[in-house]
Amino acid sequence: MGKRIDVSDLNIYYGSFNAVADVAMTIEPRAVTALIGPSGCGKSTFLRTLNRMHEVVPGAYAEGKVVMDGVDLYGPGVDPVAVRRHVGMVFQRPNPFPTMSIKENVLAGVKLNNKRIAKSDAEDLVEASLTGANLWNEVKDRLDKPGSSLSGGQQQRLCIARAIAVKPSVLLMDEPCSALDPISTLAIEDLIHELKDDYTIVIVTHNMQQAARVSDKTGFFNIEGTGKPGRLIEMDDTRVMFSSPAKKETEDYISGRFG
Amino acid sequence: MSAHRADTVEVAIPDSVQSDLRHGRASMVNRFFQWAATFSGTLILLTLAAVTAFLVLEAMPAFTTPTDELAHDVSWYTEAGFFAYVGPLVFGTLLAALIALIVGTPLAIGIGLFISHYAPRRLAQGLGYLVDLLAAIPSVVYGLWGAMVLAPAIVPVQDFLSTYLGWIPLFAGPPSTPARTAFTAGLVLAVMILPIVTAVCREVFLQTPRLHEEAALALGATKLELISTAVLPFARGGIVSGAMLGLGRALGETMAVLLILSPGATYSLFILQAGKHQTIAANIAAQFPEANTSGVSLLIATGLVLFLITLVVNMIARWIVARRAEFSGAN
Repeated sequence: MGKRIDVSDLNIYYGSFNAVADVAMTIEPRAVTALIGPSGCGKSTFLRTLNRMHEVVPGAYAEGKVVMDGVDLYGPGVDPVAVRRHVGMVFQRPNPFPTMSIKENVLAGVKLNNKRIAKSDAEDLVEASLTGANLWNEVKDRLDKPGSSLSGGQQQRLCIARAIAVKPSVLLMDEPCSALDPISTLAIEDLIHELKDDYTIVIVTHNMQQAARVSDKTGFFNIEGTGKPGRLIEMDDTRVMFSSPAKKETEDYISGRFG
Repeated sequence: MSAHRADTVEVAIPDSVQSDLRHGRASMVNRFFQWAATFSGTLILLTLAAVTAFLVLEAMPAFTTPTDELAHDVSWYTEAGFFAYVGPLVFGTLLAALIALIVGTPLAIGIGLFISHYAPRRLAQGLGYLVDLLAAIPSVVYGLWGAMVLAPAIVPVQDFLSTYLGWIPLFAGPPSTPARTAFTAGLVLAVMILPIVTAVCREVFLQTPRLHEEAALALGATKLELISTAVLPFARGGIVSGAMLGLGRALGETMAVLLILSPGATYSLFILQAGKHQTIAANIAAQFPEANTSGVSLLIATGLVLFLITLVVNMIARWIVARRAEFSGAN
């Protein structure tokens, strides 16, 4: 588990609008890569191309290469559904299925992937996934309660449990803490630290302190102006990015001079 | 971001606004709307109460007059009593409505899903209008169409069903020609309830939160799996509500059934055979023009029964919707 992703010449479009241009990036396996930048710079859009979720928006598409494990995710004959089974995603707002119990939520992805799972295996998997998401102790006595009965932070960890239950190679997180309080945020950040032993994690965040705390590599996206495409300005070790970035734009953003 | 916020801006308050403030016109308008809304809400309750009162009062003689006297007065009534009379009618009403529901609901869900999740946007809109148009056709036209076109045309289908599925009591032969049967009536009712059920389904499908759809997609759901994990469970309550609205319409539909169904008063499950069933509403319409005072009272009593059935159906529907409210996503 935990794969490297090589992105090259990636252009992302909404209809005729080029939203993100010419991205080239290497995402290291079993590490946390943070994507930062001002609103509208295309970092979330970019993230969503890594599991081909971008194209579920009508008229949206991407051109270029995203190579994982020697396979170009945008190559001919690649099924986006299969891609999403290998690249999990956690969204900005916690989105457990409201019609399912906590247990059913954890198993939702597994049921899609191989339909049938023995009862004891299912129970083990639920426990392992919830433990992996640091949620087991809080919910083990009420696995049959609806997922929406949990607090926001717990719901988000439930979503992480659901994502890791299918044992993906990569975990994408789109501002996973932006709807959460500081305590829940801390819980998720701790969890990210633990998860990176097994998974390649890419996280989009608005919060630069968060990027500095959780990530090994940081990429900075920026946009020249409205209507212009977003670009990857610079990417380096997080320590370098936050102490001595190579580009002035990056330094301006990180030191709070704009954005 | 922008640094010139410090300047104070003078805003002149127009005279009209000033006078509004002084005379409190806004609060008058508010009070008027509050009153109008309360009135409308109360009116519904009053209407319902009035209908109930009418039904109960007018039906009273049918329950208080001795049975033998009624049987003497009314040619189509026997000494067996009211429940023996209304029983087969209730059965026929439920049977025809159930056929309509069983045929119509899956179709409506299919159309709703096609419009909300499969069809290209343009086509979806056109199709939506088209289905809504079905509701604009008067029921007498449906009745004529059912009796004159569908009843002869459906004969081969009836023959097929009775030949190959005749071992199921529902489809036992011999099928009638032309098919003025509960089967045909049920099918026409199914078409008639399509618009309302489809409209409700389509709306709830369209309201599936984007967030949940994306959650399913991101887990690697195919379109079908997306629908079964995110759309249908979320829409469950709405589907039940839509089906119940349709059932309400099917239970009360009069003209179409009257024109199609060859009536009979039995508890027969043989829906391919004519002359075995009749519904409460169609029976009232058929008997009313020539009914005397006692007859009218009896017919209104059957109307009261229909009213109660509809009420119970709606309560059951609410109970079904509420049973899993915890899981509905409404919290």
